[in-house]
Amino acid sequence: MAMSREEIYSKVQAVLVDALGVDDDEVTPTSVIRDDLGAESIDFLDIMFRLEKAFGIKIPRGELLPDNVANDPNFVKDGKVTPEAIAMLKEKMPHSDFGEFEKDPQLDHMSKLFTVNAIVNYVEGKLKAS
Amino acid sequence: MRWYWIDKFVEFTPKQSASAVKAVSLAEEHMHDLYPDFPIVPHSLIIEGMAQTAGMLVGEARGYKEKVILAKINRATFHRLVRPGETIVYTATVEQMNDTGASIRGRVGVRAAETDTPVELAAEIELMFSHIDNNLAGMEFPAHNFVFTEHFTELQRVFGIDTNVRI
Repeated sequence: MAMSREEIYSKVQAVLVDALGVDDDEVTPTSVIRDDLGAESIDFLDIMFRLEKAFGIKIPRGELLPDNVANDPNFVKDGKVTPEAIAMLKEKMPHSDFGEFEKDPQLDHMSKLFTVNAIVNYVEGKLKAS
Repeated sequence: MRWYWIDKFVEFTPKQSASAVKAVSLAEEHMHDLYPDFPIVPHSLIIEGMAQTAGMLVGEARGYKEKVILAKINRATFHRLVRPGETIVYTATVEQMNDTGASIRGRVGVRAAETDTPVELAAEIELMFSHIDNNLAGMEFPAHNFVFTEHFTELQRVFGIDTNVRI
């Protein structure tokens, strides 16, 4: 039987609690993984390993989180992510909500794209496809 | 003094698992630094021993070509103190490994001085290793491999670890 969104959410929450040492109630659907839950760069690898294990999925590199946007001069201009890069990101990250980010697409704000909801959306899509 | 916290590998199955042992001696200075008149192996050095056991396993998986660093101690639970005269048995098992890093499940056993006593569980340690060249793209690192230096090559010889060879 397919896993419900609530079940996926609860497993994702457990992954984040284990990986980041946060409490259950700190994890909400709109929590931003870096800014609200305090994840550092290495925690993302930890989170991905744990998601793969918890859901029995494979997360190819660059699928959940895009690679190298910050280092590509075509993608960032004057500290802002260019419209071309945003279009590319939207295509690569259909699981993320770009609403807030697009209002002021500073490179520093990119972390806002990676929320608990984005992970749940991603896993939901991945499970449906399999 | 060299920063070696394992004495010998007793099992090495590439990309899967490795076990190493360390004999604990009263002559080691750090034994006396934590509590007066009660020498024990500091937990931090038990973690380091596990990291060295696991680090060789993760490094060997890619021929020691990548810079592998201990990135995170996910969990470390200690069940028992380790005292002089005992032997630590580190067993590292690869849980997950890809081109960006590896997660390791480690069990630390201790054999008491009496040789025929069973190995007791002393600690459980989960570690994460990162291939920094893959994970921190854009950051500058020296071209040479500062993780697997000539000392590690020396260790590899001492331990008899060769790629794809089970010892």
